[in-house]
Amino acid sequence: MAGFFDLALANLGSPLILSFILGVAAALARSELSIPEATAKAMSIYLLFAIGFKGGVSVADHGFDPALAKTLFAGIVLSAGLPFVAYALLNVLTGLDRTNAAAVAGHYGSISIVTFVAGTSVAEANGFIAEGFMVAVAAAMEAPAILSALWLIGRSGSNRMDGTLWREILLNGSIVLLVGAFMIGLLTGKDGLAEIEAFIVTPFKGVLCIFLLDMGLVAGRGIRENRDMIRPGLFAFGILMPVIGSCFGAAAAALIGLSVGGTLLLMVLSASASYIAVPAAMRVAVPEADPGIYLTLSLGITFPFNLTIGLPLYLGVARMISGV
Amino acid sequence: MLEMHDAKRVAFIIETPMQNRLTGALEEAGVTGYTILPVLGGSGASGRWSREGQVGRAGGMVQVICIIRPERLEPLLEHTFKLVERHIGVVSVADCQVLRAERF
Repeated sequence: MAGFFDLALANLGSPLILSFILGVAAALARSELSIPEATAKAMSIYLLFAIGFKGGVSVADHGFDPALAKTLFAGIVLSAGLPFVAYALLNVLTGLDRTNAAAVAGHYGSISIVTFVAGTSVAEANGFIAEGFMVAVAAAMEAPAILSALWLIGRSGSNRMDGTLWREILLNGSIVLLVGAFMIGLLTGKDGLAEIEAFIVTPFKGVLCIFLLDMGLVAGRGIRENRDMIRPGLFAFGILMPVIGSCFGAAAAALIGLSVGGTLLLMVLSASASYIAVPAAMRVAVPEADPGIYLTLSLGITFPFNLTIGLPLYLGVARMISGV
Repeated sequence: MLEMHDAKRVAFIIETPMQNRLTGALEEAGVTGYTILPVLGGSGASGRWSREGQVGRAGGMVQVICIIRPERLEPLLEHTFKLVERHIGVVSVADCQVLRAERF
């Protein structure tokens, strides 16, 4: 237990989390601080490219790992299955109608790539390097949850999912960049990394700090503007569901035999909630669902929870499972 | 004095994820000229929203404006209504006048 508190304190005192907290505090205090839209977009491109590239280099360096296929399969099953757990929990804790509950549930099967990036950073800071293929697992977990959500709404997915929407989901910018950079890293290996290391390794944490500052501003504004909507049941769901999701991720990681870093990242992917891919799909396929509910939950409650308390908690569990 | 011609100005304020679908529907309805404008923010039946701080396209809005001949209004609205009826947004029609009627 003391180990967890040490980890939690170290995490809370890191520049990454303090930057995020600064963003939340500034937004709650109605500061005019803001990161220009184009800058935030450029930083997200940089972070996705860097994390994808480094994952590819790691796979190239260590060779093909048989755990890759198992972890990809586990990720897809988790993404498709967790919305059902979330839906059941929403029914117990909140009075949301079927459509809104299913839409929220879909977000909790999919992933937050920023939480994944922060998780990678925390793992590395504690000396645990995750399997490089976890980047591919992250990409594979984006979409299955959307189908589960549509199934939960009670209508056939084909009614609401057209070819254009499929293309938008499967080829959304984050997935293309992540998988593309992964492939470039895989093809060019350590020699490729050596060529661009000064750009994608050294500045990484600094850029992540500014990006998390922006995410803090976004989360803080979301909390401020939607605080009336955050009822106790919804708040409890936003905190409990990531913990439950992480337990499923931990169980899958233990079955596969992932490293501490890999276990942490699979827990993070299972615990995090989407706020980019799934909301866009829901706006098209389920416009009746209230975006204020699912965006506030995933971005205003679950994202800050995962970043501040979740990451050290998951790392503690990952270390316990691996006996490290 | 330049000759002016009657026209209809149709403005759709619609969620960003629906932008390509709407412009596709406009083209299917024979409207090849339209303008897309970013929207900074606003407030409506679904609450307040702002372009500032959006992490994805899901929460944003855009305005799509087209100017058409009056006789094309009805078929255009029929063609696009199915697309927009369930979504957050506003569809407005206004009378206007244009130069160079052959362009519309």
